[in-house]
Amino acid sequence: MITLTINGKKYEAQKNQNLLQVALDNGIEIPHLCYHEKLSPYGGCRLCQVEVTKGKKVELTTSCTYPAVQGIQVETETPRVQRARRLMMKLILPMAPESPKIQKLARELGAEYIPSSCRSREKGDSCIKCGLCIRACEELVGVSTITFSSKGPERKVVPPFEEEPESCIGCGTCVHVCPTGCITMEDLGRKRKLERWKRILNMKVCNDCSNPYIPAAQVDYYLKRTGDTTLTEWFDLCPDCR
Amino acid sequence: MNRLTSVSDMEKLQKELASRNQPERPVVTLCQGTGCKAYASGKIYKAFEKELALRGLTQKVSLKSTGCHGFCEQGPIIVILPEEICYCRVKPEDIPEIVEKTLVEKKTVDRLLFTDPVSGEKFAHESEIPFYKYQRRVIFGKNRLVDPQNIEDYIGLEGYSALAHAITRLNPEKVLLEVKKANLRGRGGAGFPTGIKWETTRNAPGEKKYVIVNADEGDPGAYMDRSLLEGNPHLVLEGLAIGAYAIGAREGFVFVRQEYPLALENINKAVQQAKEYGLLGKNILGSGFDFDVTVKRGAGAFVSGESSALISAIEGSAGEPRPKHVNAAVSGLWGSPTSLNNVETWANVPLIMNKGAGWYGSIGSDKNPGTKIFSLVGKVNNTGLIEVPLGTPLRNIIYDIGGGIKDGKKFKAVQTGGPSGGCIPEQHLDVPVDFDRLSQMGSMMGSGGMIVMDEKSCMVDVAKYFMQFLKEESCGKCISCRAGIKEMHEILERITLGEGCEKDLEQLTDLAWITENASLCALGRTASNPVISTLKYFREEYKAHIREKHCPAGVCKALIHYSIDPERCNGCGRCQKVCSVEAVEGEKGAPISINNDFCIRCGICQEACRFNAVMVE
Repeated sequence: MITLTINGKKYEAQKNQNLLQVALDNGIEIPHLCYHEKLSPYGGCRLCQVEVTKGKKVELTTSCTYPAVQGIQVETETPRVQRARRLMMKLILPMAPESPKIQKLARELGAEYIPSSCRSREKGDSCIKCGLCIRACEELVGVSTITFSSKGPERKVVPPFEEEPESCIGCGTCVHVCPTGCITMEDLGRKRKLERWKRILNMKVCNDCSNPYIPAAQVDYYLKRTGDTTLTEWFDLCPDCR
Repeated sequence: MNRLTSVSDMEKLQKELASRNQPERPVVTLCQGTGCKAYASGKIYKAFEKELALRGLTQKVSLKSTGCHGFCEQGPIIVILPEEICYCRVKPEDIPEIVEKTLVEKKTVDRLLFTDPVSGEKFAHESEIPFYKYQRRVIFGKNRLVDPQNIEDYIGLEGYSALAHAITRLNPEKVLLEVKKANLRGRGGAGFPTGIKWETTRNAPGEKKYVIVNADEGDPGAYMDRSLLEGNPHLVLEGLAIGAYAIGAREGFVFVRQEYPLALENINKAVQQAKEYGLLGKNILGSGFDFDVTVKRGAGAFVSGESSALISAIEGSAGEPRPKHVNAAVSGLWGSPTSLNNVETWANVPLIMNKGAGWYGSIGSDKNPGTKIFSLVGKVNNTGLIEVPLGTPLRNIIYDIGGGIKDGKKFKAVQTGGPSGGCIPEQHLDVPVDFDRLSQMGSMMGSGGMIVMDEKSCMVDVAKYFMQFLKEESCGKCISCRAGIKEMHEILERITLGEGCEKDLEQLTDLAWITENASLCALGRTASNPVISTLKYFREEYKAHIREKHCPAGVCKALIHYSIDPERCNGCGRCQKVCSVEAVEGEKGAPISINNDFCIRCGICQEACRFNAVMVE
């Protein structure tokens, strides 16, 4: 067990925890966009900045990538931290100005979008390249359908060769974790469409009510992964008819 | 060649090589570095071979291909030993004359000697040339004596003696102590004490340990690591092997960017030769020490030079930096303790072992011992690679070695440390160049790039150039770096187009701050330096662009216009001929004028004018 100080108060933490998780577990709010407790920390959005004092060294750092270390002092609301979060949000907001979550966070951090004549920020496609979808697809689903490509401002999240990804099972985990809502999933009768990945999947139809209810690829993947063939019949019926 | 299995084997070989050496016999050393090669030094070599054979001198004169000598702008360079007669900008057709006059008649070919661009004085011997005279080339100097593709050349110059001594006579702790005592600091830029890094790696728990040479040099205009690896690869390998012994590593990597084909060729050859000679591999010189080296090619991303990104790249992932709360010395390559050092750092090691920490400490300044190789480029008279003791003032570098500013213009600033270094103005020219002083001035040592700018350089434009470079080279992981640099570039671009506003300076300051403070790796954390330092030292120039829509240096095209001074113009019509948009108006013989409605500000008229009549405002 590790003991560390956050905002002057002592807290206990597990050895492999990161500072953000320790704070969140104890009800201390630190804004973040690219962190999810079920996924490995990435440190891309740079929003979860805190000030850490370790010995004589004081540093501004992202709390999601900083390990819980015995005896350190963490400050989550110093003027430096607030300035960093506000300026980060000013950079992030124009990337996804339509996203309610981003708008709300920007308001809270004092980073209102200024459509000034002086600035000519390019409007993004709502993707902030936080990589949550990539990590979820790899670490939770286990199919690694998407990845980052290119570098610098050209960086983007794409399936291989930007072609329709055969490995995508249409489970929608990426849609669920995306903080800006830039990944959409539509069910169009017997097809499911994920516009961003150019993926169109056939839906499995319920044997009873004839309603399409799950992508066939997802059922196949589930059966293959679990190796449990007894479930085949179970998937013949939709949740409503089971 | 038989494998060397003991130190006495090696000493025997060194004696044999020394006995073959005839001090009186002329040796023509010919630079085959990338710079000289581009000017057909390969053909010059062939021309020499032919001419020597023709005159029956093949047995009397040795011909040697060497690595880069450093004075690349004067290449191809030939030095004739033992007199050290130096010929510059040699062409294949000059060879018969050189052989006739210098090798047969023992005279110099005056027209090929270095001519000082300011005084017009000619220098016959390499050591008299000011560019070389004020340097202290303890590391780089060997480049001109060895053929990088021939291990025996290196061994003949006491090469691998330091390794032999270390692994057979000293225990690893002793080697480590010597490097620590020498206080060698990392030449990659940060200046971290190498001995302490090695010690951490040595003491870190783990069976397997690694050593890595970082040769992913990617700064625009900098090429010292390239030239060392091309010109003297065994020096780097020897240093690496000594380090591996001190640390307890059995495996090493040399990570070379793929844009350096000759460096790759030479280091690969060197590794192979060292293996054949038993200087790498199992049981080196019978000492029981095993050490193997693999050369890895980088895929060309600038950010891969960052240590954690480089480690990712060797592991086979994309070269993307990782958080370094756990040091690579403790958990690096494949999670094992790893010491990663720059090419030049490793090249310093054999020297320290051969001559001792005391000697090493006598060069350079107090906390910055040893020498540093810089790439001196830009608006100086003499450009090239130079090696000086740390602590040498910038003024000496620029005026003594560099020969001052080109065309008698005024010095404006020097940018040190590569694209994310800062621009240092005139008032700080007497500051000694070392790791600590450069960062105090808002710049950095970086890998050792030094770009000199004169009064005709626009500092806003310079900052814009570096932001453009860094914008493209950011890996894109941290939003602060990816978007921060991009926005700084956009604002700077607008200012240079005359569309800047008062608020821009404040915005730039904020963006520079967030990029520096919120980013993960050194690329992002130092990327703002060109902006911060130019805002600090050249703020008036920014204001002139924003308020008066005027570029004082006459660089930013949108803010300048060309005109013709009727007093100087004699109406020769040269400018009219070269102008591609017919903006030059007037009759031949009478003073001419420029129509600014058509002018695209390419400046070709100014270059063409022989009477300095074209003015920029």
